[in-house]
Amino acid sequence: MKEIVIISGKGGTGKTSVAAALAFVAEKSLMADCDVDAADMHLILKPDHKQAQDFYSGLKAEIDPAKCSFCGLCKEVCRFNAIQIKHGVFEVDFLACEGCGYCFEVCPVGAISLPQQNVGQSFISNTKLGASLVHARLGIGADNSGKLVAKVKKDAKRIAGEDGLEYVLVDGSPGIGCPVISSLSGANLVVFVTEPSLSGLSDLKRVWELTKRFGIHGVCVINKADLNSGVSSQIREFLGREGIGVIAEIPYDEDFSRAITQGQSLVEYDPQKWKPIFAKIWEQIKKELS
Amino acid sequence: MKLAIASGKGGTGKTTLAVNLALYAAATRRVALLDLDVEEPNSGIFLKGKLKREKQLFRAVPEWKKEACILCGKCSELCRFNAVLKLGKHILVMPELCHSCYACSELCPENALPMTQKSLGFLRHYEQDGLDFVESKMEIGVEMATPLIEQTLAYAEAEIAGADLQIRDCPPGTSCSVINATRDADFALLVTEPTPFGLHDLSLAVETMRHLDKPIAVAVNRVGIGNDDVFRYCEAEGIPVWASFPHDRRVAELYSRGETLYDKVDSIRTGMDAIHTQISSLGGGK
Repeated sequence: MKEIVIISGKGGTGKTSVAAALAFVAEKSLMADCDVDAADMHLILKPDHKQAQDFYSGLKAEIDPAKCSFCGLCKEVCRFNAIQIKHGVFEVDFLACEGCGYCFEVCPVGAISLPQQNVGQSFISNTKLGASLVHARLGIGADNSGKLVAKVKKDAKRIAGEDGLEYVLVDGSPGIGCPVISSLSGANLVVFVTEPSLSGLSDLKRVWELTKRFGIHGVCVINKADLNSGVSSQIREFLGREGIGVIAEIPYDEDFSRAITQGQSLVEYDPQKWKPIFAKIWEQIKKELS
Repeated sequence: MKLAIASGKGGTGKTTLAVNLALYAAATRRVALLDLDVEEPNSGIFLKGKLKREKQLFRAVPEWKKEACILCGKCSELCRFNAVLKLGKHILVMPELCHSCYACSELCPENALPMTQKSLGFLRHYEQDGLDFVESKMEIGVEMATPLIEQTLAYAEAEIAGADLQIRDCPPGTSCSVINATRDADFALLVTEPTPFGLHDLSLAVETMRHLDKPIAVAVNRVGIGNDDVFRYCEAEGIPVWASFPHDRRVAELYSRGETLYDKVDSIRTGMDAIHTQISSLGGGK
């Protein structure tokens, strides 16, 4: 089983549109939406949320005012300024608390507990594609996105194994932080979706630096390729130097937003135009994997 | 006045809005622009300020002193992030997983885990015609953006006292880094585009800001693509739309070259003026 991660560094380059279109041409595959922070794949694939599971990860401190002796030690040791005195009692600021448990360890009267937090939900769904979608929803402000990504990927691989599928397509998140690192771990190929803007190039370079550390091979789709020919050549130069193959250059096309507005992938929106393009991209991806 | 420019979805125009608004407002007042999208900071591409100060940012992580250690394993038991592990006769520290809570270090009976500094990246402070611009860039491979964001905010608090308008270019999403970038802001301006992706991620951003009791307004980019659902949503939710910018391929081209827009495109200038008027009417002093 091969895992293909689609990322971009920068947001808004067309990553999810490309991933969704690939889902329609990739045989023996299923999709894992690992952009758990702002997932959008479900708006195109229309999952039925058949199996939902609460996701527990991380702890938050809670102070029982009835047991508290007001010694203030918890507040003293907390490096996150998460403990405040409000209305005469010690209180935990849930958004600031990182769940390290230092306060819990030092409290002399056992007034502090550390309940596990429900930080989101993960789903295994049937979609209009026929194939499954594994996806998730991270709670507001939750800080365990990397772990939720790992859970989504694990579920996706399990189902792919059970159903005898060969490929897991992973729609990643923007940036280079913990959810991206988590989506890269164990991947076989990374597909970068970039755009020829100076921001797009800068972000591509940074996410490639990260990818290299995992020793994963990469290929690139240049979207909106005719937006700026100068930056496009800079991108091609950079990719050439780094040994990243360009598997497609897609001109700036408002079909991207039109398809999204219809709740469709590009391949559904205009099959005659887009199906051959994405079928070719998929062939190139398979070639890279073999 | 601390104004956070945020959005659930990436690529909606946060950076464009933050930079152009900062330059526009800097003509009449002292402005500080903070790029808090530390994973992929791009505001600097559009600015040409003079570097005033460069500072390496660090975070404290424990370092194992083998000679002092009695291998009691307390550190490993304490750490909720699996950043300190006892493996046989070794204590293994994984700095990427560490949250710098100091528990292992300070509760170690033998002081065998003193805290040392680990680099997170660099903060750079530039000056350009009445505008203070601060960006922090996270080192590749660092997992957590929040310590960089917090230190950047602390730097601005301490070093840029004169600015009466602070504009923050925030990271995308709704997770911990967005919370850190916005929680002490006075107001959040959410940037979106009129597509189902834009609307869906806007609704997540709205939920996040309401969770923080943050007053909000919306700016809609690329109007003309997609549909009117974003405007209907804002009306139904009672969220003011401060500006809408028509879809214009020329804007995307100027952006791609790293150029500013408020001085070249009328609709952008009008939009910046509308937003600036709204900010001023909020009592943008302070």
